[in-house]
Amino acid sequence: MIETRALTKHFGRQPVLRGVELSVAPGEFVALMGPNGAGKTTLLRILASLARPSFGAVRVAGLNLPAEAGEVRRRLGVIAHLPLLYGDLTAEENLRFYARLYDLPNSEARLAALLERVGLAARRRDLVRTFSRGMQQRLAIARGLLHDPEVLLLDEPYTGLDPLGCALLDEVVRERSAQGRTLLMITHDVAHGFALAHRSVILARGQIAFTARRDELTPDAFARQYAAIVGG
Amino acid sequence: MRPSSAGEGQALPGQPARPAASGALAAAGAYWRAVSAVLWKDLAAEFRSRELLSAMLVFSLLVVLIFNFALQLDRVARENVAAGVLWVTAVFSGTLGLNRSLSQEKDRGSLDGLLLAPVDRSALYFGKMLGNWLFMLVVQAIILPVFSVLYNLPMLLPLNLVVVLLGTLGYAGVGTLLASMAVHSRSRDVMLPILLLPVAVPVLVAAVQASGGLLEQRAWDEISQWFSLLIGYDVIFIAVAFMAFDYVLEE
Repeated sequence: MIETRALTKHFGRQPVLRGVELSVAPGEFVALMGPNGAGKTTLLRILASLARPSFGAVRVAGLNLPAEAGEVRRRLGVIAHLPLLYGDLTAEENLRFYARLYDLPNSEARLAALLERVGLAARRRDLVRTFSRGMQQRLAIARGLLHDPEVLLLDEPYTGLDPLGCALLDEVVRERSAQGRTLLMITHDVAHGFALAHRSVILARGQIAFTARRDELTPDAFARQYAAIVGG
Repeated sequence: MRPSSAGEGQALPGQPARPAASGALAAAGAYWRAVSAVLWKDLAAEFRSRELLSAMLVFSLLVVLIFNFALQLDRVARENVAAGVLWVTAVFSGTLGLNRSLSQEKDRGSLDGLLLAPVDRSALYFGKMLGNWLFMLVVQAIILPVFSVLYNLPMLLPLNLVVVLLGTLGYAGVGTLLASMAVHSRSRDVMLPILLLPVAVPVLVAAVQASGGLLEQRAWDEISQWFSLLIGYDVIFIAVAFMAFDYVLEE
């Protein structure tokens, strides 16, 4: 469902990704971890068709990037640490705008259900600029799920969420995973990411340094491995 | 429209897909819905915040007033410079609006949201361009009567309004493309005018000549060439922007 081969990305002369070989099977949930500057967000932006690789092959949802970027975007959802919302529109208007961009027919019921799901139904007619950071992130979750994407990319999606919001997002990702959707999540919370995902991958200095399934290691052993790689 | 455009509507769980009537019609419908969504979003956001329009309008009024008092011209001299002042005002305030239109998207992080949408990026271009054009027209709709009073000139002549429509269309057309290039630059506030003004010279020359000719009541034969030039440049600029926008937005 997600596959990169020898994926390389340079910014000028600075290599950010150095031959990344990543494979995420359909229905798999992978947590991607690593120190700042490891190339996690760059990798995610390439997978989301927001940046082009310097070298290598990328396939998402069975389609080649960047050649089939339009169709990839249709099947892809992104929930990032930035909410990608408009402060001068209401919560409902933001979702309606994205529903129109995704050309979703009869989207009103879906909008209402999602706003209910993220706990913003009562604030649906309020301007997003009046929302707290956590409320904006809840709305970002609804935006990311609006078109029921096959592949969900999450870039530090817990940013700004309170414990209830974090629990909601945990529930959402578990539910998506149980439905056979493919998820790739960047997180700095090693213990939480390892506990939630089927498999955890550590990216360091632009390369995959370690990968382990949840049933292969204890959380403590994974945390030690992470510390050894990042610290070293 | 390019083949990566959104095709027929995407079905949500439990809902039937929009019937695939004729492929081209469905694609055209989806394309127009994306254009109108971006346009609606920009208008609705601007209606609430009035950030762009108020900045453009205040700036335009100040420029018109400053020119009026600084030049201290007699009637004939005023007629000679009026078209130039009008278009300098339109260009400077338009640049202000173009810069803000894209930089707001970038600064608030919403540009990625637009780029993630499964629509042909030229639809995003047309949505943004139409919004920028409308904002320039709103400013002109307020500035022209003020200009007429201050300069005692018939700026609201129907043909001059056509010049304003065509000139601002060309400027918004090429400006939206270049603003989306400049938005990735750290010095984008300076970068946009540096990129835009040389490219927009043909539109500005044609607009100034056409407006000037109308104010001086020259014969149609003398000014019709400037109308042709304006229309030609509008078509060329918008066609180039349509083809190049996808590449311009790439990181």
